[in-house]
Amino acid sequence: MEFFKIKRDIPFMRHAIIFNVVSLITFLAAVFFLFSRGLHLSVEFTGGTLMEVTYTQPADLNLVRSTVAKLGLNDVQVQNFGTARDVLIRLPVQKGVTSAQQSVQVMAALKAADASAVMRRTEFVGPQVGDELAADGLKALASVVVGIMLYLSLRFEWKFAVAAIIANLHDVVIILGFFAFFQWEFSLPVLAAVLAVLGYSVNESVVIFDRIRENFRRYRKMNTMQIIDSAITSTISRTIITHGSTQMMVLSMLLFGGATLHYFALALTIGILFGIYSSVFVAAAIAMWLGIQREDLIKGGAKKEEDPNDPNAGATV
Amino acid sequence: MNRYPVWKYVIILIALVVGVVYTLPNFFGEAPAVQVSAVKVGVKVDSGTKVQVEAVLQTAGLAADMVTLDGNSVKARFGNTETQLRAKDAIQKALIPDPANPSYVVALNLLSRSPAWLTALNAFPMYLGLDLRGGVHFMLQVDMQAALTKKAESLAGDIRTSLREKNVRHSGISRNGQTIEVRFRDAQTLEAAKEILLDQFADLQSVDALDGTDYKLTASIKPVAALRVQTQALKQNITTLHNRINELGVSEPVIQQQGLDRIVVELPGVQDTAKAKDILGRTATLEVRMVDESSEARAAEGGTAAVPFGSERFLERSGQPVIVKKQVILTGENLTDAQPGFDSQTQEAVVNLTLDAKGARIFRDVTRESVGKRMAILLFEKGKGEVVTAPVIRSEIGGGRVQISGRMTAMEATDTALLLRAGSLAAPMEIIEETTIGPSLGAENIAKGFDSVTYGFIAVTIFMCMYYMLFGLFSSISLAVNLLLLVAMLSMLQATLTLPGMAAMALVLGMAIDANVLINERVREELRNGASAQAAIHAGYDRAWATILDSNVTTLIAGLALLTFGSGPVRGFAVVHVLGILTSMFSGVFFSRGLVNLWYGRQNKLKTVSIGTIWRPEPDAPVASK
Repeated sequence: MEFFKIKRDIPFMRHAIIFNVVSLITFLAAVFFLFSRGLHLSVEFTGGTLMEVTYTQPADLNLVRSTVAKLGLNDVQVQNFGTARDVLIRLPVQKGVTSAQQSVQVMAALKAADASAVMRRTEFVGPQVGDELAADGLKALASVVVGIMLYLSLRFEWKFAVAAIIANLHDVVIILGFFAFFQWEFSLPVLAAVLAVLGYSVNESVVIFDRIRENFRRYRKMNTMQIIDSAITSTISRTIITHGSTQMMVLSMLLFGGATLHYFALALTIGILFGIYSSVFVAAAIAMWLGIQREDLIKGGAKKEEDPNDPNAGATV
Repeated sequence: MNRYPVWKYVIILIALVVGVVYTLPNFFGEAPAVQVSAVKVGVKVDSGTKVQVEAVLQTAGLAADMVTLDGNSVKARFGNTETQLRAKDAIQKALIPDPANPSYVVALNLLSRSPAWLTALNAFPMYLGLDLRGGVHFMLQVDMQAALTKKAESLAGDIRTSLREKNVRHSGISRNGQTIEVRFRDAQTLEAAKEILLDQFADLQSVDALDGTDYKLTASIKPVAALRVQTQALKQNITTLHNRINELGVSEPVIQQQGLDRIVVELPGVQDTAKAKDILGRTATLEVRMVDESSEARAAEGGTAAVPFGSERFLERSGQPVIVKKQVILTGENLTDAQPGFDSQTQEAVVNLTLDAKGARIFRDVTRESVGKRMAILLFEKGKGEVVTAPVIRSEIGGGRVQISGRMTAMEATDTALLLRAGSLAAPMEIIEETTIGPSLGAENIAKGFDSVTYGFIAVTIFMCMYYMLFGLFSSISLAVNLLLLVAMLSMLQATLTLPGMAAMALVLGMAIDANVLINERVREELRNGASAQAAIHAGYDRAWATILDSNVTTLIAGLALLTFGSGPVRGFAVVHVLGILTSMFSGVFFSRGLVNLWYGRQNKLKTVSIGTIWRPEPDAPVASK
């Protein structure tokens, strides 16, 4: 089998502006939704109590709501979770009430209303933990960005590092934009998925950059744009197949992983799709506009890998 | 050029064998078991207990598959739950003669069914997190400010005593927050006091100032000392929690320090959070009372007479009854510290108690009047009292430093000190995070995680084999080896596997295939450009390696950042993610090359490689492969 019967290099870079404009618009939309709607943060970040209760019959959400409301708790969210029989109840942090005992109270009331109620999971997070988690998340993000930039600068050149980070950070923002737009729950595993996607789609850019460097060495007569086109064309089949395989795994999580892994898998899916787009169309274009040149990449390496057809090989001035 | 030297195959073989051995325990499942552990600090579970348990089982006619001594508990494994329950009853009856005063906890547990030779190799199944096995998780925040305030309070009392002993006249000592303020009328006494402070209170630093007509000395705890107070408070709270949780009979409780001021408690299998919380938050109380030494009381001790009015009967830890007066002299609140030590003259093991100023005053008065009499230190828990120790008062004790001595071993001294300290938490704690996961959810999560990995793996394998033919098969085998090594590593390290961890496993397999796709695409490309079959394989692996390394390093950077800053579910994800990337480098490149070399390397005149369609742009190009 061969999916990619490409006769000559595809002129990706000729349309670089269009791709980047598309990218920019998506990015701006994501930022807009992030600010206008905000993320629907999970109880881990906001603090509060979360309860998962299961019934033998499809649950009557209104009954659950009224039962909880009778306890005098405010701002309680009740929704189905996974199946119609499972109910997720969110109680915000309430002043004056020892939050750790809330779940016990609520559960007793639910049992009284419907004896088939079974507690599956409760989670209580104090408000002080939430702030810390958010701070730790940002620290993790910052260290990923710095670490990757340092590595790429060492291995390639700063222009590549900047291009890769811009391209992939905008993926991260777009994922967050999706979560804000659909008001999907942003939990700790989703945060992990977002950061994993960052590492993963950077490696996509790395594969293309690697090829660009190799092409610079091999094809002396091509200009930068042709080099990039050729690099992207020759790696496109690998890009699609790799991401396809990863996506198969993620799809399997989405289908079989249940409600707990749902948003995790969703974040990965968006990340993978936009990761392809940004690595192929955005990262290389930014690197091109930053003005990468053959000389940037072949400093020490050029002496070892001289073109055998070059009559001046080895000559130094 | 595509041959591996023998040692490389040996490495692969060793890796595979180790991988299989350490993965195996995960397949045996779990068997019902009974676990015996000590509930009291003084009681030890050792090989003697093991022999005892074995004997009990033998007399009861119950066959255990295995009886092991593991750390400080004895575990016996059984074939079915019925035997397990009967064994529990039998052991309980034999080891705990008095159910009101148990020295052991006999709990039901699940143990890996893996054979003894695997256990001997330290091969255990993966350690499942609470979200996979059900249980309760608490995170407790220790109020360190309260611990420091308490320390300052006791230091203020000590200063008062010292100044009085040295006849330094002050006009008031007060604690203001965590600082101690001492006022003096003149500069001379101030200097004298400063001298004493410098001499006797190494933990304090002080500044003096003129306050109106008075001189004011403000002493505060040195940062180093404050840090020590905090570590001690945390340690003591952990010890106290350990003692209390032991009573719950949880099979494998985890009580860990997290950060500087937090304690994580995980109780697998426990569903009753209310009870767990009750036990965690309970305060034991310590009381000091006088022993009733009247002749009636002596008779009551022997069991021949009724307990006299105004006295109570308690048991000592050894089981010896003691008749103690009802009047309480001191409570645990006045006890600031209890440490084991040695008497400087007799070299006897002793327990050193430190009392606060109020306690010291009362203690001095009581001891002055009762030289030669016995006093009892009682520990009340769950409304039940027990005499920890009942020493004879040898002389008047002032200054709040009490030494308990008398025919103790060093071990006993340590245990007594621990018990005395365990009476109270060093600092109050607050539950700041709590998770309860029902057992059905845990089992369901395992199934879901397992399904995700399995179906994803099957889909990728089918695709790879169709697209890359034999090379696809090699890649799939490498992927399976990756999974094997990853599970083996997780089992070996006993890292906690959680649902996000299982998700990471699926994800890392999806990512690991990248290395093989890179290689296979490169080999195809070389063939397309007209390289010979052997040269194409060689060049494919060589050229792809640099790229694979680069891309794995970036993924690894992200993984390590998650590991460093993540907590809870993020950490569970990151551990598997990072390990998976490392194993994928081995399996995806080194191992898969081994397979290819084994298959193709020996064929000198290799014409075609089964790697799927090699498509060439030229319409008249010969087809190089099937």
